[in-house]
Amino acid sequence: MSMIKKVVTLLRGSAREIAENVVDANATRIYEQEIIDAKQSILEARSSLADVMAREMQAGRAVTRLEGEIAHFESLALEALNKTQEALAEEVAGKVAALEQDLEEQRKARQSFASQVSQLKELIKAAEAKIREHEREIAIAKTTESVYKATQSISDNIGHSGSRLASARESLERIKQRHEHLADRLQASEQLDRELGDKALASKLAEAGIGQDANRQRQVMERLRARQAKPTDDQ
Amino acid sequence: MEQSLRDKLDGLDTIVGVLMGGLAVQLHPIPGPVPVVQVSIEGREELPIYVTCSDSQILCLCYLWNDSEVLAERRTELLETLLDLNPSVPLSSFGRVGERYVLFGALALNARPADIAEDIAALSDNALDALEALSEFLQ
Repeated sequence: MSMIKKVVTLLRGSAREIAENVVDANATRIYEQEIIDAKQSILEARSSLADVMAREMQAGRAVTRLEGEIAHFESLALEALNKTQEALAEEVAGKVAALEQDLEEQRKARQSFASQVSQLKELIKAAEAKIREHEREIAIAKTTESVYKATQSISDNIGHSGSRLASARESLERIKQRHEHLADRLQASEQLDRELGDKALASKLAEAGIGQDANRQRQVMERLRARQAKPTDDQ
Repeated sequence: MEQSLRDKLDGLDTIVGVLMGGLAVQLHPIPGPVPVVQVSIEGREELPIYVTCSDSQILCLCYLWNDSEVLAERRTELLETLLDLNPSVPLSSFGRVGERYVLFGALALNARPADIAEDIAALSDNALDALEALSEFLQ
């Protein structure tokens, strides 16, 4: 059974059962052993592969060499025939026949090495796929276990600390209120800065004799002097 | 294992804090059979992120709500919305662990603290957004 299928089956049970059963110690051990075995067989296959590929190359070189020699001796045999040296041509033909036998053997060997190479490559590919698959299965099991166990620890921790978990709505409200409070405070402090800034500016202007505040005293004095000059106006 | 998770998270509080614009971030290990570290972000203490790791990956989880909080008559609609929404949410996916709906991000075991921090910051922002957007499905 695939690990995801197993988790789906376990999901029908309780969270605690999932945490406790998803990593089946026995199955995990088997997977881990199979991973170790597969890694070992890859190592061995890689080392044989290098050896077999070297032999394939050697056979290939022998084939090329033999083909060259055969062509060489065949042309010598032809030359002997042309010079009506039948016996000599016969002797060279014997040599060519022996070389042809060697060539055939080397070709067979090269063919056999080539097929061994492809077999070993297939074997490595299969072992690597197996490792990936088992590692993924173990990862699914262990991740599921750790998520459920972590959730259990977190619940237990909240239980021990005595603080009850607030509902999501309550949490959201509290966070929002705090943010609003923060935003209000920011706004208030900006306003305060502005006001203080305004006052500072106004007093600087007054000191420089600019604006209404600057000549307020003078205006009052002028009004008083005007009243003093014409005291009867008011009566 | 516990030690190796803590090593991986070395300096994470500072990096997350910087990523989130200077918020204070605290890490607390949670006791238990598997390594878990709670990441609390200033102002979002109700939505902590939990980091755990197995032999194959690092998981950052944020618990959103419980099954019992879902409005029964809108449950199917919520589940479909979560499935539809899943591919759009950057770096995080919706899921459920037992009774709890989660938003989570998964990282390779060799992730750097900066990668984990980025995942945590995205997860926290996504969780807050998702909670706000989906609260209509909750009691």
